[in-house]
Amino acid sequence: MNTSNQRSFVQRLWDFFCSLKLTLFLLFTLAIASIIGTIIPQYPNIDERYWTTISSGKRALYESLGFFDMYHSWWFLAFLTLFSINLITCSIQRLPHVFKFISEPLLTLSESQQKSWSGDDINLTSTGEESKNRLAAFLTAEFATPVITKVEDQYHLFAQKNPWCRLGVYVVHFSILVIFAGAMIGNIFGYKGFVGIVEGDTVDHVELRNGKTIPLGFEVKCDQFSVTFYEMPGGGQSTMPKEFKSILTVTENGQEIPDYKHVRLIVNDPMTYKGITFYQSSYGQANNPDAFYFNVKDRNDDSSQQIVLRPGIPVELADGRKISIVDLSENPGEGLTAVLASEAKGSHQPNYFKVFKDHPSLDELRGDRFIFSLTGTNLKYYTGLQVNKDPGVWVVWIGCTLMCLGLCVAFFMSHKRIWIVLPDKGKARIYGNASKNQPSFKNEFEALTEKLNSQNI
Amino acid sequence: MMSAKLFNITTIFYMASTLAFLGYLAGRNKNIGLAGIVLAWGGFAIQSAALLLRWKESYDIGMGHAPLSNLYESVVFFAWSTVLIYGIIDAKYKYRIVGAFVMPFALLAMAWGQLYLPTDINPLMPALQSNWLLYHVLTCFLGYAGFAVACGVSIMYLIRARHDEKGGSKSGIISHFPPAKILDELNYKAIMIGFPLLTLGIITGAAWANYAWGTYWSWDPKETWSLIVWFIYAAFLHARFTKGWVGKRAAWLSIIGFAATIFCYLGVNLFLSGLHSYGGL
Repeated sequence: MNTSNQRSFVQRLWDFFCSLKLTLFLLFTLAIASIIGTIIPQYPNIDERYWTTISSGKRALYESLGFFDMYHSWWFLAFLTLFSINLITCSIQRLPHVFKFISEPLLTLSESQQKSWSGDDINLTSTGEESKNRLAAFLTAEFATPVITKVEDQYHLFAQKNPWCRLGVYVVHFSILVIFAGAMIGNIFGYKGFVGIVEGDTVDHVELRNGKTIPLGFEVKCDQFSVTFYEMPGGGQSTMPKEFKSILTVTENGQEIPDYKHVRLIVNDPMTYKGITFYQSSYGQANNPDAFYFNVKDRNDDSSQQIVLRPGIPVELADGRKISIVDLSENPGEGLTAVLASEAKGSHQPNYFKVFKDHPSLDELRGDRFIFSLTGTNLKYYTGLQVNKDPGVWVVWIGCTLMCLGLCVAFFMSHKRIWIVLPDKGKARIYGNASKNQPSFKNEFEALTEKLNSQNI
Repeated sequence: MMSAKLFNITTIFYMASTLAFLGYLAGRNKNIGLAGIVLAWGGFAIQSAALLLRWKESYDIGMGHAPLSNLYESVVFFAWSTVLIYGIIDAKYKYRIVGAFVMPFALLAMAWGQLYLPTDINPLMPALQSNWLLYHVLTCFLGYAGFAVACGVSIMYLIRARHDEKGGSKSGIISHFPPAKILDELNYKAIMIGFPLLTLGIITGAAWANYAWGTYWSWDPKETWSLIVWFIYAAFLHARFTKGWVGKRAAWLSIIGFAATIFCYLGVNLFLSGLHSYGGL
């Protein structure tokens, strides 16, 4: 009594996990639960100001339910686990039947099957053995090679197409498990980090999202960083970046690596070295520039001279006047602009004039002997790189490919079967069956029957 | 710009097509039904030309990207995909009356885009500068379009099923709807087109995100909502094999699925924030 109770409990548990009702319940639950995380902000993207908008009681409640990192909360993961178990048990329960269906096809039709499946009569001119051979040749040419079984005085010809496409749906189910496995491999053996490198600097470790630092095992140097902006419709630069680009060099113990010298890194074009991938993700100013480079052209002899101006430090030109930098501005449309003061020897009345970085020849119009153009500053950028290691990503892509293939097979291919029952006496009949898309199979079946009848077999 | 004029003409075609289908619904004149589908395909051809032209125009002004990058462009593309999927289903199954329940979606999208949304071609931020943009948006929107058609058919199904239950007359407008069984089948067919395309859309999105940011899945609201939509239609596909879930419930599931699709497409951009914020108003 006790054991049979236990067995029935195990059996009931098994049936529970195999049931399609559980599948529907889990799909709806996952769908509804997923909404929570799209409404409540999620770590690590929570703005500090958010906390002031909710009461402390609410915060404590949400925190205990894991709502701020909902997709990694124990209960969400539990649902995903249940979902996986449901997938596995369903497959274990149904797959043997499907395999049997494929490996041991229904070669003959019983009396009752012949009665319940509406078949079509075939007009034959030949009889017996000869008919059988001709029908077999016809099926081989027009459909698929038949298997012929003799049952008493009847020949049963059975031909089928795409029996394996009944596995399509199981491929889709399996692919979901593969994707989960890939995600787990990535979570356990991989990491996601970030590093900011100032132009000219080298790093050999990255900081992870959880604050830990991880050594890379090699060094990455940012040779250069540059950003270009879209032109505004009326000319000048907008503030919308068109492209930002880092030039990186990888070294190992100071040794340069072939193909990893001056690598160009832009958004949507990452670099991978030793399984670690670098993505261009952000940039910023690393310092406040305090040196400004000017080209000064002398009208008298066409000679040019490079000068460096620093705030508060005047520079003397060939004719004895002193040049200093007074103000700097950077506005969209105008670009970087310097206001310079020019003070002739012995005078205390400086002349002020503007030099635009984006319009290098504008200063000619001032008519002075010296023509100034602003060539650059000692501004340094840092490049922000996302640094990832994910050994599971290939498993995920294999899973995705399997899923697409499985869906195509499951939705767009059909297992088609044809039987011809050829009795010793009386009319032969043809029967057909398809696992999917009955209307289109019906047309195909009718065309086949028509052709068969027109062939004088 | 030339393309803007063509989009206006497209809207007029879709409006005429919708009116013709409504006329067909009321009068059962086969020629009016034919006019409906001809106008739909005509509008579709003009819109295809307009899309290509806008693509070219973006190159002319130095931005150079497929016309799939802001809300206006996506709404226009949604209309295009819906007409395409409806056209295919019409060509295959020949239930013309379905147009009366699908073309309004295309008309609504076009009218909204043309009347209320800024139509400028915007420069593309670095994250969007990739061929993945084309594959990702194409697959997602064709998927959405399949669901739009399924939703239209489901509404017809509910009307028809109610009519049948009441033992309705054999002469009214509704009695000319395809039989409930056929509508149920069409609903399933449209979702069978939409579901693999949505799956492909999610996968191309994941592949692109991995390529651009190094994360194929980050539970961003748009990603999450696309998964919610996927769950709902996965449930729909399984419901067909479950007792008590066919017929009306399946039709409702298809309508709820499309509502979630619309939220995933528009609601996320308008009400929530995240990686797809460039699609907002």
